[in-house]
Amino acid sequence: MANTLDRLADQVRENRIWRSIFRSGTGESNLHRALTVQQNVFLHLFSVKARKRTLEFRATWYLGALTFGTFLILVITGILLMLYYHPSVPQAYADMKDLQFVVSSGVFLRNLHRWSAHAMVFLVFAHMFKVFYRGAYRPPREFNWVIGVVLLLMTLLLSYTGYLLPWDQLAFWAVTVGSNIASAVPVIGAKMRFLMLGGTAVNANALLRFYVLHCVILPFAAVVLIAIHFWRIRKDGGIYPGESPAEGDAK
Amino acid sequence: MTDPKDFVAVVDSDVRKTPRRIAFITKRTSPQVHVKDEERVMTYPEVFFRTAVAIQVLAIILVVISLRWNAPLEGLADPMHTPNPAKAPWYFLGLQELLHYFPPVVAGVLIPGLVVMALIVIPYFNINIEAEGLWLRDKTRRLRIFGTVVVLFCIFLAVFDVWVALVPTLIVAAFMLLAAQTPPQITRGFRGWLASKPLSFWIMTWFLFELVVLTAIGTFFRGPGWSWVWPWRT
Repeated sequence: MANTLDRLADQVRENRIWRSIFRSGTGESNLHRALTVQQNVFLHLFSVKARKRTLEFRATWYLGALTFGTFLILVITGILLMLYYHPSVPQAYADMKDLQFVVSSGVFLRNLHRWSAHAMVFLVFAHMFKVFYRGAYRPPREFNWVIGVVLLLMTLLLSYTGYLLPWDQLAFWAVTVGSNIASAVPVIGAKMRFLMLGGTAVNANALLRFYVLHCVILPFAAVVLIAIHFWRIRKDGGIYPGESPAEGDAK
Repeated sequence: MTDPKDFVAVVDSDVRKTPRRIAFITKRTSPQVHVKDEERVMTYPEVFFRTAVAIQVLAIILVVISLRWNAPLEGLADPMHTPNPAKAPWYFLGLQELLHYFPPVVAGVLIPGLVVMALIVIPYFNINIEAEGLWLRDKTRRLRIFGTVVVLFCIFLAVFDVWVALVPTLIVAAFMLLAAQTPPQITRGFRGWLASKPLSFWIMTWFLFELVVLTAIGTFFRGPGWSWVWPWRT
């Protein structure tokens, strides 16, 4: 049975159409495995080989991968939620109620999006501290650390803009508290707040702006930065392997 | 269509060798090599498989949480009715806690701005890269600077009544002093570990500690009018 399946899979992969899409072809050799990564525009962000030591759980706790995992969940559930959402007052709140009572699995969808968002904020912080305590920010990886800090801010902004969208009391006042802080910036504070909210108070304009930021501008910026972040891992010599064991032995 | 070929061209290679390195050893340099080539694995499938498993485990956990607990949803937004207390999302509650003590321009702009700047410049300062134990060299002078900074900072916090930030500062300072008092012959165990820690470790640990304490207090210990409440009594 397993043999038949293997043969079938091989037949599919040797097929002309398949080969026109994926050029690496069939085979179990390291060359084929290298080509699988190297000849794919997305996988090409990663190196073809990795140090075995960096794959151990204790090296990274897989925090970066898990953060990316929450991001994937958020993109998928977020797109589905967009199908049921109108960024207008008070329809936005009615849509929350619809998710709760009308849409199949609507509550589950919103729960998964919300809890994943909290998880992502937590994981991003955890990832940052783990990288710091390992010393992985040190040259030549210093610029990737900077991109990481920008991605931390992106995550906070994404979460914060999403917080307003349900248009309930929690959302409204949390964003009011936050936007009041923005107005404390000297000289340009009030102007910044006006730009952010599209008015002098949190209202329908603010909801629309936060919606556009949350669903278009920030995710797009995040995707670009994540791509650079991954690519820089490869360019900076792979995941930080820690102190060299050979050096440790010499002491 | 052309006739089907009666042969298949195969490219197959399983080279296990990595390229050899050539080192030119100049005079007065030891030819001893410290770093050995270490074992590598193929990214596909090894890394991708492990990553996929990790993400799947996380997804299962999040799905279970989502099935069990509902996301909060309160009444329709009402600008006329301010809840007391009005709280920001949890990751900003540390900042909101600071807003309780300092004017908004300090707590809301200056402190977060400085934190972000400090995080960005970490890898560009040699002091963060050398990773040498803080007290291993020049101990007397460093202790004097450390003492002055901690005392001044604690007075500053006390003047503004920021006891919640003062306590973590004192705890970290106590551990730093313990590290400073560790005799140099002790290199193992907890004290040896403490003594080997550089300045950047102490600053980051202090920051992490403050972040956790302030966020936890803002989340659980603040009630109406930002007054102190015990979460188990409400």
